[in-house]
Formats: sequence, C-alpha cells, structure tokens
Amino acid sequence: MTATFERGLNALREQIDAPVASFFSSCVSCGLCAEACIFYRETGDPKYTPIHKLDLMRRLWKREFTVFGRLGSLIGLSPQITDDDLTEWEDLIYDSCTMCGRCSMVCPVGNDLTMMLRKMREGMSASGHAPAELIGAAERHTDLGSPMGELHPALHAQVRHAIKNTGIEITFDEPGVDYMAIYSAQEIAEYPDVIGAMARIFKKAGVSWTISNDAFEATNVGVQLGNRDVARTLVQRVVDAAEKLGVKYVISPECGHAYQAMRWEGPNLIGRPYKFGVVHIIELLDQLRAEGKLTLKGKDKRKLTFHDPCQINRRGGINAEPRRLMNMVADNFVETDDAGTMNWCCSGGGGAGAIERGADLRFKAFNSKKRQFEKVNPDSIVTMCAYCHHTLDEQLEAHGMETEVLGLTELIAEYLDDEPAANA
Amino acid sequence: MNDPYFDLLMWARGPGFTIALVVLAGGIILRLTEILFLGRKTDLAPAKGNAVVAGLKTIFTRSVPREGLVKFSPVTYIGGYVFHIAFFIAFLLFGPHIALIKSVIGLSWPDAGRVIIESAAVIALVAMLALLYSRITDPVRRSISGFQDYLVWVLTVLPLITGYIAVNKLIGDGTLMMALHILSAEMLMIAFPFTKLMHAVTFITSRYYNGAIQGRKGAES
Repeated sequence: MTATFERGLNALREQIDAPVASFFSSCVSCGLCAEACIFYRETGDPKYTPIHKLDLMRRLWKREFTVFGRLGSLIGLSPQITDDDLTEWEDLIYDSCTMCGRCSMVCPVGNDLTMMLRKMREGMSASGHAPAELIGAAERHTDLGSPMGELHPALHAQVRHAIKNTGIEITFDEPGVDYMAIYSAQEIAEYPDVIGAMARIFKKAGVSWTISNDAFEATNVGVQLGNRDVARTLVQRVVDAAEKLGVKYVISPECGHAYQAMRWEGPNLIGRPYKFGVVHIIELLDQLRAEGKLTLKGKDKRKLTFHDPCQINRRGGINAEPRRLMNMVADNFVETDDAGTMNWCCSGGGGAGAIERGADLRFKAFNSKKRQFEKVNPDSIVTMCAYCHHTLDEQLEAHGMETEVLGLTELIAEYLDDEPAANA
Repeated sequence: MNDPYFDLLMWARGPGFTIALVVLAGGIILRLTEILFLGRKTDLAPAKGNAVVAGLKTIFTRSVPREGLVKFSPVTYIGGYVFHIAFFIAFLLFGPHIALIKSVIGLSWPDAGRVIIESAAVIALVAMLALLYSRITDPVRRSISGFQDYLVWVLTVLPLITGYIAVNKLIGDGTLMMALHILSAEMLMIAFPFTKLMHAVTFITSRYYNGAIQGRKGAES
C-alpha cells in the first residue's frame, strides 16, 4: 500500500493505547531520559532527548485523545502535526535511536519510551518517512527472502562447509525433529561458523534439529522499519514452516531484534499463539548446560568480556544465561561497567546501523562503549548477537582498536568435549 | 460591618473549596477514564515472568534512581526528592490541613510541630527554585519545557509562599493572606487533572505498565 500522510496519522492513532496515554500524562519534562541515551551522552545535543523524539506522538495524543486537547483543537490551540513535522523527525526516530531501552529503565515516572518509539515508527513508515535503506531491506526481505537478497545458495554452501568441517549431518526440512533453527542474514553472510558450532553442540547434547528451506531467515526488517504488515508477513513465514514441520521449538539465533520479533512481537503480529515454543540459542545452551549435556574440555585463557545485546538482555530478559556460559568457558571473564541490564548499546541496533547518513553519529555514539572496553582492556569481546558482532567489528576498527569479537555459541563449541562425536 | 477579606475567606473555605474539590475529583476520574478506556491488546506471546508482580514491584522500585545516574543530573534527582518529601510534610502533617482532610474523608493522623512544617515549606520552596534554575539553564530541560511546565511550577509554589506568609502574618492582612493561600491551593486542585500535575496519580499506572511489559519477558525494570 502506498505511504501517505493520512495513512501515517491513522497508523499512529492505532498505536495509542492506555500505556501510551499514561506515559504522556506522567511526563514532567525532567529530561533524565537524555542521560540514558548514547546519542545525547556522546553529542550533548538536546534534540536527542528521548522524550523529545516522541513529541509528535505526544501532540497527536493530546489533540485527539484528551478532552482538553480536543476542546483546544476547536479553537486552534492544539495544531495537528504536519507532513513537514514527520520529515523533520525522521533522523530522530531512526538514525539516532537504536531502541536500546536504556531510557525506559531510568524514567522516574516509569515511561517506556522505547515501546513508544517502536510505535512511532509505525506512523513514520506508513507516511513514507522511513529511511531508504530500511525500505530497500524490507523489499528484499519480502520478495527475495532476506534483507540481503536471495540467500538460499549461500546458506546451502555454508551448510555444506559446516558438514565438511564437522563431519556431522545437517538436514533441511526434516520432519519429526524437536527444533527448527533459523539464522540471521548476518550470520549466513559474515559469521557462518555458528552453523557448524550448533551442529557439534546439538550432536553432543542429543538435540534433534533441522533447517527449513521455506524459512531460514530470522531477522525482521518490518520490526525495525515499523511496518506491521511486513513484520507479520516475515513472522508468518517462519510460523508456517515450523508448524508444517511440526517442531516443538524454533531456535532464535544470536540476533537481538530477531528475538524480539519472533519471541515477543510475533504472536501479536499474526494474531494467535504459535503451536511451538521459541527459545533463544543462548537459553537453549544454558538449558543443556543445566542438564549436564554440555561438557567442555578446558577453558579459554584469554581475558574475555561480554557485550549484552539490548534486545536480548535489557528488552529480552536473557541476562544470567550468557554469564553462566561465560563462566563455564572463560578462565578470565571480566565484566565492563554497566554490564547486564544497563549495558550500553553497540550503536548499530534497531536498524540504525543500516542508515548511511547516520555513520558519523554512530561513530561518536560508540565512544561510550569504547571507553568501557578500554577500561577493561580485554583480549576478546564475546557477544550473542550477529549484528552487535558486526557493529563492534566495524566500530572497533574505525576507532583503531584491534580487539577481536567472538560469538558465544562458537566459543562454547570451540571448547566442546566432543572428540568422539566429531570423529565419528 | 462588611469585611470583604472575611467574605473572600469564607467563600474560599466554602463554595470555592467545594468547586475545587469537585473539579479535582471529577477531573481525575475523567482523566483516568480517558487513559484506561483506551485499553491495551492482550499479549499473545507466552509469558516468561509474572507481569503483575513485576508491575506492582516497579511502582516502588522506580523511586530509587539507577546506580551512577545521580551524578549526571544531581539537581533534578536531589531537588526532586527534597521537594516531594518537604512538600508532603508541609501539606499532610500540618494541623489545619489534617483537620480539613478529616472533614472531607474522615481520616486523620497526628500533626507535626510548627517548626517542622515551616522548615519543610521553606525547604520545598528552595528545592523548587533549584529545579526552576535547572530547567532554565540546562539545555535539555530548557529545550523540552513548555508553558505548562512553568505554569505548574507557579501553581505549586504559590500555596507554599502564601501559606508561609499567612501562618507567620508576615505581610498584608492576615485574613486576606489566608484567603489567598486557600485560593492558591484551590487553583492547584483545579489545574491538577488537566496538567502535568496529574503525574502524581499516573506515575502509578505508568510504572506498573513499564514493569509489567518488562516483567512479562522476564526482564528487569
């Protein structure tokens, strides 16, 4: 459907619910949310104050959803937001917000600003004010199966490599297995070792799994863009594939927003609960560890620190699991300041990392993270999101730091005690 | 002899207070209705944590600032705490206020001494001045502040100033100052539901929603 200003306003109206009205009613303009935002903290520019980013939504709510605002609009006191307003706000909604959720954690009256920003994107997208990069990625994802385009051949090539390297059979479309694995395009294109790592771990732990040819892509550009129709279509693909295979669980990969999309937004997008569960790969590995099915040989001797992906930890609730795994595999695991729930974003999340014009801003924003890493001075940084991994690689290089970044699943597999299985 | 100040005081204590009370109560009910009736969709994703417990918990835990953040906005945090505590001491522990509340809702409690009440009023006023200074000089707070932020500041400090003057008979006619104190409090009551003062009620629902949204996912809030 063609994006128009009216469609944008309607999409925004649809997003206003009791929590949004409560949040706007509670804001006392204290500005404390600014201190939680990497973009404000690293630039000092007040326009990056999170509640300011939501001002257009607040104005619409006040004008149309409060008695006083409605009365005021009759005498011209609450002017309607305009298409020009939306144009002006585009970079505040997309380039300078990674939906990291820190602001929602510090607001003294409890406003979930991040949730409102996610809703704001629905209006921006429907009115034609989303960045071209995200629109392009959504079109590729919808038409070709992945935000990077057609990845079937690449996935099959990576799986063949993984089979060759591990000697373990990896199946496609195998019915009757317990788990269906999905991957982020970033993993397939840039960090494909995770496929072999999972194969080894699952072989050792006795986990039956497969990959679907119908739906192997976990990311969901619709969620980042703020387009429920796109987001629903992409979730539905995975749901259809998983339900066709009859698996008990879908494994959400090391990807932050994929976890949000599949685990938390998905059932609401398609309008019904799934017939299967969704488990994050790190949750599953921690479960296997607890069941004694994940035994390692030795520990990594390097000084390792951990980067928490915002959508998996702060917005996703997976905090203790990676730490138990890190302590299992690392001999010298050192946390950065603010590690865990209040961790700083890598600066590329929420689709921001794809927006070309925001590159300089992200370079500045990464300084929060850079200082934390410099203080710990690790040999390697471990994370559990392929896009965080990609952003960290990119920003560390841009900032002249040579620290290596590792995926937690691959690190676990590196120390897996599976010699007999691997040689079988 | 007809005393216009006395008549004003009587009106403020009588019909004026009744009007203010009706607008306050009716306005709060109206505002809460227009908020809560918007509703929210049932979350179809299976819960990982208990949303209700996390929501209720967050109503209280959000009163404590996140570790390390006070140093970035000391005036807002410390001024905010000091104002709220001092304001409520002056408002809720002053004998005549308690008597008034008892006449409205039938509940009462012991009052605090005059030194405590007057000190609290002055401290609340100083905190409000510090917060105003911060709002005007801090680039973030200045940029996000509008007319209403300054209006509610004025409406909040007026009862403190007039009350202090009236109780201590500092300036003007005592009867007039008492009438002005009551009228300023009534202005605060009337503005309450329709301005940011409403946060004193909706912070409860906002913190609950935030905690519940996060808690359902097993995430902290």
